[in-house]
Amino acid sequence: MGELWVVVDHEKGEPKKVSFQMLSAGRRIAEKLGHDLVGVFAGTGFEAAKEKLAKYGAGKVLVAESEEVEGYLVQPSVDLLTKLVQERSPEVVLFASVPYGKDLASGVAAKVGAGILADVVDIEPQDGGLVCAMSVFGGAMNTKCRIKGTPQIICVKPNAFVAEEAPAEAAEERIEVQVSDDAKRVKIADRVQQEAGGRPGVEEASIIVSGGRGLGGPENFRIVEELADVIGAAVGASRAAVDAGWYPHQHQVGQTGKTVSPQLYIAVGISGAIQHRAGMQTSKTIVAINKDADAPIFGLTDFGLVGDLFKVVPALTEELKKRKGG
Amino acid sequence: MGAAAIVNIVVCVKRVPDTAAEKKLDPNDFTLDRDSVESIMNPVDEYGVEEALKLKEVHEGEITILTMGPEPADKNAVRKALALGADKGMLVTDDRLHGSDAMATAYVLALALAQVEFDLVILGSESTDARTSLVPQALGQLMGMTALTNAKKLEVSDGKVTIHREEEGGYSVIESELPAIVSVVKGINEPRYATLKGIMSAKQKEVQVLSGDDLGIDPAMVGLDGSKSEVIEAIPRPPRQQGEVVKDDGDGHVKLADFLQQHKFI
Ligand SMILES: Cc1cc2nc3c(=O)[nH]c(=O)nc-3n(C[C@H](O)[C@H](O)[C@H](O)COP(=O)(O)OP(=O)(O)OC[C@H]3O[C@@H](n4cnc5c(N)ncnc54)[C@H](O)[C@@H]3O)c2cc1C
Ligand SMILES: Nc1ncnc2c1ncn2[C@@H]1O[C@H](COP(=O)(O)O)[C@@H](O)[C@H]1O
Repeated sequence: MGELWVVVDHEKGEPKKVSFQMLSAGRRIAEKLGHDLVGVFAGTGFEAAKEKLAKYGAGKVLVAESEEVEGYLVQPSVDLLTKLVQERSPEVVLFASVPYGKDLASGVAAKVGAGILADVVDIEPQDGGLVCAMSVFGGAMNTKCRIKGTPQIICVKPNAFVAEEAPAEAAEERIEVQVSDDAKRVKIADRVQQEAGGRPGVEEASIIVSGGRGLGGPENFRIVEELADVIGAAVGASRAAVDAGWYPHQHQVGQTGKTVSPQLYIAVGISGAIQHRAGMQTSKTIVAINKDADAPIFGLTDFGLVGDLFKVVPALTEELKKRKGG
Repeated sequence: MGAAAIVNIVVCVKRVPDTAAEKKLDPNDFTLDRDSVESIMNPVDEYGVEEALKLKEVHEGEITILTMGPEPADKNAVRKALALGADKGMLVTDDRLHGSDAMATAYVLALALAQVEFDLVILGSESTDARTSLVPQALGQLMGMTALTNAKKLEVSDGKVTIHREEEGGYSVIESELPAIVSVVKGINEPRYATLKGIMSAKQKEVQVLSGDDLGIDPAMVGLDGSKSEVIEAIPRPPRQQGEVVKDDGDGHVKLADFLQQHKFI
């Protein structure tokens, strides 16, 4: 019987939602293939994570806690995971398909010579192996892929799977961490937080409200932020808005920004150019607010509202507040 | 400040199909029919080239453009970067490379880099076609290094590179001694346009064309067969069903709130 590993994505012990989603997907696959589900936790703060991970089915967790690891960019974790994979030969290893997770995953895949797939949105066991689905070319094409050999390293896109509780008894195995001198070449000198916490990032969020040139200026992003905060959404932006300096680049959605597929995407004052659509057209539900009835974004929407965003959006925010309150 | 030290740079550039163009896949092996579509330099790689050009304005050194892909189209992508001011090109081209995935690509790029002396390798954070973002760190690891990924700011001084790594809500300051390998994100700079003079002079610049054998590539590691991931199905995404479009007559926000409530978003 083999093992299926889920490498936990977390911030100082606070698991990201994608970790629970991966555990749920992993559990389903492991059951079908007769594998054991094992969590892998590297970094600090496991005590805080332990119960939460167990609630989503991570009975056994390999825990490599170390303060030292946090001072260097990915290498200590890449080395650690490489060693673990080589010693224990898991069949499948799931990583979060976010920048840090992909760095780790591709580093490990390169070192162990394994096959890897990124941005995976579905995984189906078939003929003893796994068939993974992802979309390419900015959502224009849906593909199915397979990995030859083991381990199969799969980066799972946030929000592709539903997190379901499946309480398991928490059991941990401590792994000793050694950081080699080579792993210390690339140092993290500082971390700078520029935005107030609280709002989710666009890649992780299950709802995104994005603003475009229609907002007319940086100060009006407040309108988008207020709507986002009532529904617990992340704030996205079109390239036109980012290039104008209205909002930071890490919020940009599209061909040269992030590719997202949240449950709900609300485009505010965005025309829907092909390069923007390339980053959001795989969203489950799409809503647009635009004063131009001919804007191409309406070709994608499940609900389109032709109107002036300066009237509609604040009114919507108030309406939603009211409904949530009552 | 004394004389700046020499910094030799390699920029990895990929040719990709234009997002706006229709893509055709080969029905047999699902690889992209790269000659049937309009193609451009991967947009993010333009920022990589610009960053190298900016560094060269401060430090002495040579800029080499490295591309893996078929001739003659990819030679044009290399020429485009040369027209912007890079010094020479390296094109790895071999029929056996057809269908290589991200890991196989990183393997080939690593072997190509073994043939040049460099202080810094610059890649784009991702390519717009496959968008895997897997190549930079895989390449780093294969070269026994750690790639400094997702730079939105990059500085080189005193034999050291410092980047601001773009992260959710902020950034990290990352440092490494040279040589180093870095990937850059869109927006790190403002890419220049080629001048006519640049385009003319690019024609005189050397583009070295290398085969798999020149690099000592193991054929079992590359191409469709050597890649450890395989595409088994590719179909155009069905068009989305357009839903209701409502014109705001003063109650648009109520209708939208109803929609959101029905779909359990509140
Ligand atoms: C290589 C390349 C890469 C690119 N990458 C990206 C990318 O990653 N992401 C991206 O977004 N774009 C990208 N673009 C740019 C893209 O082509 C568009 O220019 C951009 O998306 C337009 O942004 P926008 O919709 O905010 O602005 P516009 O196209 O100007 O649209 C503004 C919209 O706001 C509406 N509006 C104005 N006022 C109001 C009002 N009061 N109420 C309601 N609606 C109003 C208008 O009707 C209009 O539809 C890229 C382009 C290229 C060439
Ligand atoms: N065939 C290639 N030739 C040269 N560079 C490449 C190639 N493929 C990918 N790269 C580099 O790797 C970066 C990330 O690509 P990817 O991992 O495919 O998203 C690109 O921006 C390029 O700098």
